[in-house]
Amino acid sequence: MSEDRKLAIIVSKGTLDMAYPGLVLANAARMLGIEVKLFFTFWGMDVINEKTVDHLKVAPVGNPAMHMPQLAGVLPGATDLATTMMKKQMEKLDFPPVREFLEMVHDAGAEIYACQMAADMMGLTKEDLVPQVDDIVGAMEFLEMAEGAQILFI
Amino acid sequence: MTTKTLAELNVALDAEGFLVNPDDWTPEIAEALAREEGIDLTDRHWEVINFVRKYYEEHGEPPTLRAITKRSGVPTKELYQLFPKGPAKKVARIAGLGKPKGCI
Repeated sequence: MSEDRKLAIIVSKGTLDMAYPGLVLANAARMLGIEVKLFFTFWGMDVINEKTVDHLKVAPVGNPAMHMPQLAGVLPGATDLATTMMKKQMEKLDFPPVREFLEMVHDAGAEIYACQMAADMMGLTKEDLVPQVDDIVGAMEFLEMAEGAQILFI
Repeated sequence: MTTKTLAELNVALDAEGFLVNPDDWTPEIAEALAREEGIDLTDRHWEVINFVRKYYEEHGEPPTLRAITKRSGVPTKELYQLFPKGPAKKVARIAGLGKPKGCI
């Protein structure tokens, strides 16, 4: 494998089931020695927001992978049930909760960036975000930093 | 499988440089493989390697990196410093185990 392989992962969704793929891939890449930059934007900001990072949910409605009638997804408690189930599965596989996962990939050398526009839109500053966020940057700046990287949009 | 041997110790390696038979492993082999990776083994490296070997003997498979950082006393940041540029393969290789399959 080439020594200077780079991966840039854009996380644009803020549900629990969409937070994990980016984190798992970032971690796997670091384990292989691939340089990683994560860019959180739009609803992905919830994944790095101190207020929401511990409360991400799996949304059963509009999620065809739930294998249940869509109507059942709107019943009271369906979201909490799906969320609890996923958290249990993750624990069984020894995947840490999202907050700890962010610490782990950051300790492993992945760089973590928040989107300037999304932060402005939601009225967030660096103090509102988990301490692993290296910086808040604009889309152009992120793309410049990601030059030569393979880009994943999640 | 293409094999080669670690010249100085006469042990079979697979095409990617992992030990063909984990039971062939000796500390001298670890030293030689580490040298190939450009790593000088310190006590902290050995804590990781010994943990990995013990885990393999007990479980019949190599530990994930997460299991190493959770239970060997060597945290993530340090593990990446001890085995730079891809600790997953380097730790497994130096500890004489196969290419790791876990994704955490």
